[in-house]
Amino acid sequence: MKTLEELEAIRQKTLARISLRKEDKEEAVRVVIGMATCGIAAGARPVLTAFMDEIGRRHLRNVQVTQTGCVGMCRLEPMVDVITPDGNKVTYVKVNPEKARMIVADHVVNGHPVTEYTIGAAEQQA
Amino acid sequence: MDIFRSHVLLCGGTGCTSSGSEQLLEHLNLKLKEYDLDREIKPIRTGCFGLCEAGPIVIVYPEGTFYSHVTVSDIDEIVAEHLLKGRIVKRLLHQEKDVDHTVDMALDQIPFYKHQTRVALRNCGVIDPENIDEYLAFDGYKAMQKALLEMTPEQVIDTVSQSGLRGRGGGGFPTGQKWKFARASQGERKFVICNADEGDPGAFMDRSVLEGDPHCVLEAMIINGYAIGANEGYVYVRAEYPIAVKRLGMAIDQAKEYGLLGKNILGSGFDFDVHIREGAGAFVCGEETALMVSIQGERGEPHPKPPFPAVRGLFDAPTNINNVETYANIPQILLHGPTWFRSMGTEKSAGTKVFALGGKINNTGLVEVPMGTPLRTVIYDIGGGIPNGRAFKAVQTGGPSGGCIPADLLDVPIEYDSLTQIGSMMGSGGMIVMDEDNCMVDIARFFLDFTVDESCGKCTPCRIGTKRMLEILDRIVSGRGRDGDLEKLEKLAHNIKATALCGLGQTAPNPVLSTIRYFREEYEAHIHDHKCPASHCRALLEYLIGENCRGCTACVKACPVGAITGEPRGLHIIDQNKCIKCGACKEKCRFDAISRH
Repeated sequence: MKTLEELEAIRQKTLARISLRKEDKEEAVRVVIGMATCGIAAGARPVLTAFMDEIGRRHLRNVQVTQTGCVGMCRLEPMVDVITPDGNKVTYVKVNPEKARMIVADHVVNGHPVTEYTIGAAEQQA
Repeated sequence: MDIFRSHVLLCGGTGCTSSGSEQLLEHLNLKLKEYDLDREIKPIRTGCFGLCEAGPIVIVYPEGTFYSHVTVSDIDEIVAEHLLKGRIVKRLLHQEKDVDHTVDMALDQIPFYKHQTRVALRNCGVIDPENIDEYLAFDGYKAMQKALLEMTPEQVIDTVSQSGLRGRGGGGFPTGQKWKFARASQGERKFVICNADEGDPGAFMDRSVLEGDPHCVLEAMIINGYAIGANEGYVYVRAEYPIAVKRLGMAIDQAKEYGLLGKNILGSGFDFDVHIREGAGAFVCGEETALMVSIQGERGEPHPKPPFPAVRGLFDAPTNINNVETYANIPQILLHGPTWFRSMGTEKSAGTKVFALGGKINNTGLVEVPMGTPLRTVIYDIGGGIPNGRAFKAVQTGGPSGGCIPADLLDVPIEYDSLTQIGSMMGSGGMIVMDEDNCMVDIARFFLDFTVDESCGKCTPCRIGTKRMLEILDRIVSGRGRDGDLEKLEKLAHNIKATALCGLGQTAPNPVLSTIRYFREEYEAHIHDHKCPASHCRALLEYLIGENCRGCTACVKACPVGAITGEPRGLHIIDQNKCIKCGACKEKCRFDAISRH
């Protein structure tokens, strides 16, 4: 038999799993990964799984991981957009699994974009 | 990895299962493994989404992309394009007929869902019905928790009374009042019964709730038990609903495992247990007194009321019986309060009602709308209108107990009282749409044929009276109608309504009475002119060959009884005495020379 607290824990845990089906989705942070052929060739798959893994380990609710097509800057793939509920979009380029975990920790959780991985920083170097 | 980035919902209702959704699920699992996506994408089998016509249906979250008519080979494309690369497969997006869509369509954007308000069906097609955790996450068992731990039984009953909820099985009796009577009755044992013996032809809302959200019915039954002081409940469900029976059984086991059913629920000191009884499919067992004796293992026959079940019901103990859909509303009422519930619907009919749309309509399926919505909205805006450009003729509501509503009453709001006023009834919510090709006399005959079959035979008016009515209707549709038949039908109908023992007999003449009321001229055409205005009744048809005939002899070869004669290249003739009115000649004719009258 479950206690009230245990039931509530099940609710919260399941809610995290199914939150992408709930209606209050506009509050979510969206992580959009370029998954066209160029993105996949550049290694977007491990990046995506790293995002998923990190989000899962931190029990983050209201984070959506979705894919998108090629935006035309194939040389900078894997590219990832992080869109916060206020509509601000930060584009990260040449992301790898380590960078992905850092983006989750700094940007998604704490709200500080990781400036050195952004498209602006990459263009300055070039 | 516990978190999935995408959920793929497949409809596992009876409709989509029979169009192959099981195979889709198997194939999807296979493909996800192949692309190594199985740890990030989760397929979920849900209950009915309601749009059965477009099945099998697949919905992909978080986008909410709505795919319809999905086949096994389409799954390959959905996985390779949408799930792997995030490119929506536009080709498979749901298209409503006669509507041009170029934009990506999500579930809540399509016209079919836009006009709906889902209360009883809120979880159907959203959660995995075989997983209690998902129900819990969608506020499941919170209403029960509130009732058992924070409210007295009287407060629960007051809340239900104030909500204005009325029985959704057809009668429309105030639910709160029913509970109050059962509470007031004294008895060592009391029972709660969920009536899931859904028998109306074309009605399947109870099945969909049980298949898509079985826990919400259980939760409501526990609340009901607490309110009236019963510790045992029965769900009486048709054995023809195997998926519903299976999921309900799973739900009961899961609830027991979590201590939400059984002894001392949530430490409240309240005990409750639920049993399933499978009915053998007798229509009369949907009548509450017949249902109860059937649970007791006796022949399903109704008894006179009083005594009402609230006084002496199952095993002679005070019993409360409610329909599946009624129960599906209860947890929401307790959670959101009676004022919220009253904010939907009309003064005398609060809340929403689920309808099963069938017949000559584009979007066959299940819809839930606020009470008071005009029939027109349901049939045209949600149902998508009549297929093949035919004209709307009538809509039959309430199944064999209801009546036909003609086109000029389409703006009548759907409520218990307004439907009764125009000679039909709410019933359990079957809605069968008819177009100009349907003969209203034949429709009345069809429903009466059903009740004659299903009459248990206990009382004379129903056993013999309906049979006599059917004989008269048979005579009329075969062209042997006589003067005075209509009057005789009406007299019989009124007598049966006044004297039959149970609801089955008392309402059986309704389809006949309502069609006579609104389509009297069709009956008269059958009786006096021996014509069927809808060209439907075979015996009254006449096939004639006109001047367009080139004498190609195609019809001669097509006629199975050799009724057509004529020289090649000459005008042919149909021998009306031999003709069996099969229409084979008309189909074969390339010159449109054969007409039907």
